[in-house]
This record gives sequence, C-alpha cells and structure tokens, in this order.
Amino acid sequence: METISILPPELIRMFIAVIVIITFLFLNGIMMGYAERKIAGHVQRRPGPMEVGFHGILQMIVDGVKLLAKELIIPINVDRNLFRIAPLLSFTPVILPLLVIPFSEKLQARDLNLGLLLIVTMGSINVMALLVGGWGSNNKYSMFGAMRAVAQCIAYEIPILLSMLAVILMTNTFSLKGIVGAQENIWFIVLQPIAFLIYIISGVAETNRAPFDLPEAESELTAGFHTEYSGMGFSLFFLAEYTNMFIVASVATVLFLGGWHGPPLPYGEYLGIVWFFLKVYFLLFLMIMVRWTYPRVRFDQLMNFAWKYLIPFALVNLFITAVVVKL
Amino acid sequence: MKRYFSEIYTGGKSLVLGLGVTMKALVSPIVTVQYPREEIDISSNFRGHIDLVLDPKKNNSVCITCGMCQRSCPSECITVQGKKEEGKKKKTLALFELDFTKCSLCGTCVEVCPTQALEFSNEYNLAAFSKEAFHFDILKRLEDRRT
Repeated sequence: METISILPPELIRMFIAVIVIITFLFLNGIMMGYAERKIAGHVQRRPGPMEVGFHGILQMIVDGVKLLAKELIIPINVDRNLFRIAPLLSFTPVILPLLVIPFSEKLQARDLNLGLLLIVTMGSINVMALLVGGWGSNNKYSMFGAMRAVAQCIAYEIPILLSMLAVILMTNTFSLKGIVGAQENIWFIVLQPIAFLIYIISGVAETNRAPFDLPEAESELTAGFHTEYSGMGFSLFFLAEYTNMFIVASVATVLFLGGWHGPPLPYGEYLGIVWFFLKVYFLLFLMIMVRWTYPRVRFDQLMNFAWKYLIPFALVNLFITAVVVKL
Repeated sequence: MKRYFSEIYTGGKSLVLGLGVTMKALVSPIVTVQYPREEIDISSNFRGHIDLVLDPKKNNSVCITCGMCQRSCPSECITVQGKKEEGKKKKTLALFELDFTKCSLCGTCVEVCPTQALEFSNEYNLAAFSKEAFHFDILKRLEDRRT
C-alpha cells in the first residue's frame, strides 16, 4: 500500500489504461483476422477456417504462435536499421489514438481537448512507417508500394479532414467526449450524411484496404511494402492495419453515429461501451464486405476519385455547414 | 456537369447492387465439399488406373494373355505374363503389373483389348511416399475382388 500511495493516481490510471488497450489491440487483431477469413469464405460460398477448434475459432491463435516462432529474415542488401524500425513505427502510433477514444461516458483513458487532432496526426505517422519499410526493403516492388501509399494518403487525408471539420463546426470542440455529448438528441449521420459517406470512403482508403489497397496489391506488387517481411515484422504491420481499421471505425462512430448513445442500459455510464462496440463492429463488418465485393481500383481512378469527387463534395458540404451554423 | 452527376448516381447504384450480391452470397449455403470428411460420388466416366474386369460368370478375368495391351502401351508400363497349365489348352494369366508412375491414362490398352478384359478403376485417392507404391499388381487386385 505504501508504494501505491506515493504514486500519483493519474499515473496508475494511465498505466492500467495502456495495458488494457494493448491487450485489446491484440484481441481485436485476432477477432478481425478471424472475421475477415470467415466472411471471405462465406462470401465465396466456402466455410473458411474450420480445422482448429470449433469452426476454426482458434485458427488465428495458432497462426499467431507460428508468426511469433518464425525467424525475422533480414535480406542482405536492405537498410538494416530502417528495415527493423518500420514495423515498430507502424505499430506504436496506433496505440495512442485509442487513449483518447471515449468507449463510454466514463471509459476513456484521457479526454484531450485536441483529441481528434491527435488521432489524425498518429494516423499520418503510419504512412511514414510504410515509406520507411518500403524504402528500407531495397526492393522495387516495396518501393512502389511505399510511394503509392504516400500519394494515396496525401490525397485521402484532405477529404477526411474536411469531413471531420464539418462536424467540428457544429460542435465547436475537438474533444471526442464533447462531440459524442453533442449527439445526445440526434446523431450527426442524420445532419451530415455526405460527410459520413466521404469519411467512410476515405477511411477505407486511409487504412490501405481493398478496393484502395494499391500499396499492398498482391497481384501487381507482390504485397508491396511488406514483401520482405516475415514473422513478427509482418504481423506488426498486420496488427497495425487492423487497429487502424478499428480506429477509423470508432472515429466514425464518435463523429457520426452517436458514440456510446443508444437505448438506455443499467450502469449506462459504463455499459454504453456495448452500443459503442456494436456500432464499431458493424462498420468493420461493412469494411470487410467492401473488401470482398469490389475489385481494386486503378491508380489514376484512385487519384481522380479523391480530387474530382471527394474533395469538391467535402468542400461544398463544409461551406453549407458553415453557412447553416452561422445562421 | 450533367454527366458528372449521372456518373456518381449510376456508379453509386452499381456499388450498392454489388454489395447486395455479396451479402446474398454471405448468407447462402456453402457449396464446397469438405474433402476428408465428405466425399462426392465419382463419375462413372472417371479414368483411374486400369483394372482387370471381373467376369461374373467365370468369377475370373477374361484375359487371354495375348499381350496386346503391353505392346500397344506408349509408355511401356504394362507387364503381362501367361503360363501354360497342365490339362488346359490356353495360357492363363500369371502376372499383370502396371507401373502407374509412367502411365499417362491414354486408354489405348482398354481400347485394344480383344476380350474387353480391361477397365478404368475409380481409384482417385492415390498418395504414397515411394515410387514403388505405384507399381500395381493388377492381378492381385482382381484376386482380392473374387468371391
């Protein structure tokens, strides 16, 4: 007791929150991997993983053990330092956004008044990791993948920010808790349907998932920036991708789908997390379905889509929002 | 300008329709067969390795050991030997071997047989660790089937 009492309570709180979040992050990776493979299977009318455990439910754990046990091969001509840093650089920043996401009214590690900005910033660091990984691999396919990732993220960061800005104009705060609080009566998806659509489309592009998975296009770039990675290096990229998906979906929930709001539950301050997770996993399910439905876009189509469609619409939407809010 | 908006409309519509197709597939039953646990019936036209026909009347092969199959085989994978038994006019079959590692399943032996003594088997589960496992003793397979 002596040692605990001399530590500041806020520090202990953060410590616990970080541990819970990292644990959750791995759990989410496992669940999403399983869901992805299962849904992919059923969309193609085959059962998906079936062998390990009931309906293959332990498949991802077995795969995780395999990846952990595998050697991290470092090819001869790569930039050794960059090659090793890249997976860590990809994985580390995805933990921070989860600290500011309000899972329910009281389940939030820290409510920053610039929380949304933190999420956007950390989301951009992921692109840096892809560039470092692609460059460090010293492989033309990886390099192409990395370059595409950068070009794509520059193009799609703008509509994301513009669609977020439309919400921020209405709530006057960057704090995620404040934004959810403002949606007590009406979810912003009703007031901002176009911004929601733009956000979801650019969010899918931002996480480099199909149909915008050009940086890791298997058929043309042999997995792009992570061609050379094996074992834990690969699985960190993979975990980062699933966590980024989770972050995109939870930010969409916070901004547009009313966060923890839903039909009242007992202990609503904490159990709001049920509604939050339902909404997040519905969006994630949608993202998985999108991946297994649409073919990959060509690079010029990808760019055209961002600059010719998403950005003008986001700008007009923002302008109209501004005018309406001012009135 | 009109085209710009109509493209958005038709494009968006087709995307939603496409999502509907996969959603429907997601909930429809599985069509693949889980092989080691489930098996489907093999088509009667399936060409496995050759087998001797069991004649129900004689309860034996109708092979006359003419050796046509051995001679016509392009990969030279069939070995037939007959032996003269005491008190019988014709030769009887003593050895019928197939080296399945060389066989190309062309079916010339089945076609050329004057007594229709050869057929294709329905064996498709063939896997082994050595080449020698695919040197089949076709005569022994026939003996096993005899009642």
